[in-house]
Amino acid sequence: MTDTSAIEKPRSQWADVWAQFKTHKGALAGLTVFVLLILFVTVGPFIWTKDPTYINPNAAEMIRTRNKPPSWQFPLGTDQLGRDMLARMMKGGQVSIAVGLVAMAISILLGTLVGVMAGYFRRLDGPLMRLTDLFLALPLLPLLLVMVMLFRDPLARAMGPEGGTFLLIVFAIGVTSWMQAARVVRGEVLALKEREFVLAARSIGTPSRRMILRHILPNVVSPIMVAATLGIASAIITESALSFLGLGFPPDFPTWGRLLFDGVDYIQQYPERVMWPGIAISLTVLSVNYIGDGLRDALDPRIRGR
Amino acid sequence: MLTFTIRRLLLAIPTLLFISLVIFLLVDFAPGSPMSQIPLTVPPEVRAKIIEAMGANEPIFVRYLLWLKQFFWVEPLVMIDGIFGTTYAEGMQRIVSWQSRSPVMDIIWQRIPQTMTVVGSAYIIGVLIALPIGIYSAYRQYSWFDQFGTLFAMIGFSVPTFFTGVVLILVFSVNLGWFPSIYDTTLKVTDWETFLKQVRQMAMPVAVLALYNAAQISRYMRSSMLDNLGQDYVRTARAKGMPERTVVLKHVLRNSLIPMVTVIALGIPTIFGGAIITEQVFKVNGLGALLINAIQGSDLPMVQTLTFIFAVLIVMFNLIADVLYGMLDPRIRYD
Repeated sequence: MTDTSAIEKPRSQWADVWAQFKTHKGALAGLTVFVLLILFVTVGPFIWTKDPTYINPNAAEMIRTRNKPPSWQFPLGTDQLGRDMLARMMKGGQVSIAVGLVAMAISILLGTLVGVMAGYFRRLDGPLMRLTDLFLALPLLPLLLVMVMLFRDPLARAMGPEGGTFLLIVFAIGVTSWMQAARVVRGEVLALKEREFVLAARSIGTPSRRMILRHILPNVVSPIMVAATLGIASAIITESALSFLGLGFPPDFPTWGRLLFDGVDYIQQYPERVMWPGIAISLTVLSVNYIGDGLRDALDPRIRGR
Repeated sequence: MLTFTIRRLLLAIPTLLFISLVIFLLVDFAPGSPMSQIPLTVPPEVRAKIIEAMGANEPIFVRYLLWLKQFFWVEPLVMIDGIFGTTYAEGMQRIVSWQSRSPVMDIIWQRIPQTMTVVGSAYIIGVLIALPIGIYSAYRQYSWFDQFGTLFAMIGFSVPTFFTGVVLILVFSVNLGWFPSIYDTTLKVTDWETFLKQVRQMAMPVAVLALYNAAQISRYMRSSMLDNLGQDYVRTARAKGMPERTVVLKHVLRNSLIPMVTVIALGIPTIFGGAIITEQVFKVNGLGALLINAIQGSDLPMVQTLTFIFAVLIVMFNLIADVLYGMLDPRIRYD
């Protein structure tokens, strides 16, 4: 008779990952800051209900509320048209973070698709990897600028200025940033294909589709997750760089990069107007990078459990 | 090694052709082409004349082939003429900018010195800062210096360059008034005073770019040193009673610098792209500013040529990195 009480309770993989993640102080701090920032931009507008695009129609009052320093009425002051900066920061953050998340999703989807196809089907490996190399040789920032410049107006006409620009920027960033993920995933898939469980699954006649979805994909989740976190950071930086160069969202549609760009004109008189969006972008990217760092350690089974 | 180099060179040709085609088609098929920017009040026959004068009425493949010929045949000939005083390219049609009506390559040659002085010195300074930081943080792994270096690197590549640039302007030119916030490209260095002026105006853009590059390169240097410090030959060298200085600075450093050559070579084309933003912040009149201006003015030949030059840089430095790596590391011989 075996003594069942001696057997340890089975631990789930994700509990282990979380336990390891918790030991990384930077990652934990990053996660806290990132959650706070997300709450600031999502829950914030329900508490602070000022309209970010509200310009006082009474011209005399509008002029009196312009360029206000921080006060109880306007905690971060107002801009050159008397719009509340705190409300604009929240709205801008919504857009910036949304761009980061959606662009990351597109690039990860593309990267995983290309990576799995190239790693799993030997016939596709050559052409797909050549394609990846070609994309890596493209000058990305100039191309992004050209794409935004050329397609912005037609798309804005077709889908409205906000929706059109959002789609264009998200799509452009996603299409130009999937290559790293594809390379990592392909490497992992190539290694997985040699493992016994894949051989076992194949010997009972598992079709390719189920093979990929049931056996390969769950095992490449960790590198994909790390690539995804780092992808959010670079997408947010790219979006704000585009906005900063004046090739992002339209002027009355705030994003953090756009707010910074608008603030540069008033840098001598009102330096805080540059600082708030700049600090917000930097904090977001820094926290996301720390989360990625911690995730990489936590998802690596060689480090975990030591 | 030679066959490998030749094979890589031959492979670079189709890559470059494909990239040039992608750039050409992307710019050309875009709905926001300059043809739609001619005012509607212009009569149709005048409009046709304008388009013809731009050379935009030919079918796309004719224009693509013409552009290829101009870029790969006419422009090198013009360069040879300029150097040796010959007249091979006389009467040949060059790539002409739609904005200024002067040859694109002439404008680019005028802008290259500004970009090179700022970007080049920033990269060299960045590498010079990064290498010692990387070496020492690897040697004293997990020490306070290493922790600080990690934080510095994390901040260095998380804070976008346009924000660091703006903060530097705020501190050093608005508040302290030490450096000018706008780069004066007409300044000629003739004596000590103008040299100091040049150094002052370069200080901030160079600092921004150097910080960004140093952050990344120091990380690579650290991990490369760590890889080598754990090797058997290091233990052997120490066991022989070699001084620690020789072990680290001769044996380990030389071996860890091999992968760094690749990292540094691959970084060069990306900083040209990244410098677009820094040039815009400090109003440096370089290649980045030229590209932004051309994009805003829908100057298709200029945009196509500049973007393609960036692509050529990437492909070229990839090739250089591969070949150098094979030459420096005898374990990696491709044939």
